[in-house]
Amino acid sequence: MAGGAIAGTRDATRRIERPGAAIWRWSLISIALVFIGGFILVPLVMVFVEAFRQGWAAYIRALTDPDALSAIWLTLTIALLVVPLNLIFGLLASWAIAKFEFTGKSFLITLIDLPFSVSPVISGLVFVLLFGLQGWFGPWLRDHDLKIIFALPGIVLATTFVTFPFVARELIPIMQEQGTTEEEAAISLGASGWQTFWRVTLPNVKWALLYGVLLSNARAMGEFGAVSVVSGHVRGLTNTMPLHVEILYNEYNFVAAFAVSSLLALLAIVTLAAKTALEWKLAQAVRPDKD
Amino acid sequence: MSSAVSRIPFKPQPSVIPGFGITLGLSLFWLCLIVLVPLAGLFLKSAALGWDGFWATVLTPRVLAALRLSFGASLIAAAINAVFGLLVAWVLVRYDFPGRRIVDALIDIPFALPTAIAGIALTTLWAENGWLGSIVASYGIKVSFTPLGVVFALVFIGLPFVVRTVQPVLQDFDREVEEAAESLGATPWQTFTKVIWPSIMPATLTGFALAFARALGEYGSVIFIAGNLPMVSEIAPLLIVIKLEEFSYGGAAAIAAVMLMASFILLLAINALQRWAERREKRR
Repeated sequence: MAGGAIAGTRDATRRIERPGAAIWRWSLISIALVFIGGFILVPLVMVFVEAFRQGWAAYIRALTDPDALSAIWLTLTIALLVVPLNLIFGLLASWAIAKFEFTGKSFLITLIDLPFSVSPVISGLVFVLLFGLQGWFGPWLRDHDLKIIFALPGIVLATTFVTFPFVARELIPIMQEQGTTEEEAAISLGASGWQTFWRVTLPNVKWALLYGVLLSNARAMGEFGAVSVVSGHVRGLTNTMPLHVEILYNEYNFVAAFAVSSLLALLAIVTLAAKTALEWKLAQAVRPDKD
Repeated sequence: MSSAVSRIPFKPQPSVIPGFGITLGLSLFWLCLIVLVPLAGLFLKSAALGWDGFWATVLTPRVLAALRLSFGASLIAAAINAVFGLLVAWVLVRYDFPGRRIVDALIDIPFALPTAIAGIALTTLWAENGWLGSIVASYGIKVSFTPLGVVFALVFIGLPFVVRTVQPVLQDFDREVEEAAESLGATPWQTFTKVIWPSIMPATLTGFALAFARALGEYGSVIFIAGNLPMVSEIAPLLIVIKLEEFSYGGAAAIAAVMLMASFILLLAINALQRWAERREKRR
């Protein structure tokens, strides 16, 4: 997730163009627009068009269906449990990695990024192998009447695995860039470790932290593969919003499927809008003198 | 990172900042608990099958067909993404046109949109009676419920990886070098292939590898559009789910182990590519 580019200064227009360059330019722009339009914009717009195909009443009915409401509620619960865990881990890991020098650091960063390169299905599978009925701890869990797989704890574990790197990888680069001089100054002036963290480090990284939280929230609410493996798809009990969408779609209840989808698509749009705003803010903070 | 004398892992250099032990300790503990132990469990499970049992599971026609489709479709999709991602990055960095910032923001939609939503949207869009599917259907092309549909879904989810890797490099590219080439009489094509391409090639390759790695494991956006016919349009991650539903934990673990090994090799390749790109960047 390489941070999106902040618009730089555009000097293309100021240069004298060779003949024929305009034709090149406009054909390349057209190809890019057709490609982005067909592959990204049209599918996104279609979610909303399909959701409102039968009007507002059908849309509202799909969202207030008891199964839909319980899916929305479960999704919110999971995000509320998982995002704080990621937040705490991200702060701990980035403090250790950015503020200290030690051997094995780049290896540790690779390990933190590991869940990004694991298929969502495998992210769910590993927990089924541990806690499923035939898993390592399956018999013990059954004897003690504990349920992890096909229940909330399994969904939370799988979601935590999938969103594991999100906050840490936003924080580590920016904290490394800022270095340790400000913290060292605070400590040598008599501040405690906590005071230094709250008053010096946290204010410096707050926007990156917020961005990491937004991303991990979007992924936690939208995760499908991993959750689908551990959830058991019990309607009204272990169905998250994406799983509910799948069930509705497979029942050919397209309007309801797209209605629930539209909420998640809206979340994605809001997340990206916030990201763009945050990047703009960061750019302003870095070079306040430029335009 | 090259303190060759002290090879003790996680040994800090002296610092006045407190909290090294506790933050590193807790991070490692959490990392082991959530990521490393579960992954190790998977390899143990597939190892429990034994060498022969492992290959007997993996080398069945259905599993091989699924692996072939997963690797093949991912490779094609990543190649399409490398070409169009480079083109989109170029257009976004070099040209100004109305709506450029909106297009730039749209690039991240595949990152942010839940995969299942992307899946049902793409399936409906490219179905034979869909908005775009009906257009290509008149030329006799079917997208939804065919392997071509798998490729389309993988192009969707992989695109931002190439654009976002190439874009910053293109932005930092020194325009004076390019202008020098042009004033020395190079044609635009020569300028691109001899001057610009060598400096953005590592980033393009990295983006290609990232898109490929992501496509390989993708599940949500593919299963709706694929049609999931065994031997034809069934991807490897779906076969893992099917094995699990049949309570064949060992079979699921064996396929997963193959996929994971491929992912780890790709991860190493991507790291090497990124280091190479950084070294090239520094040399200029």
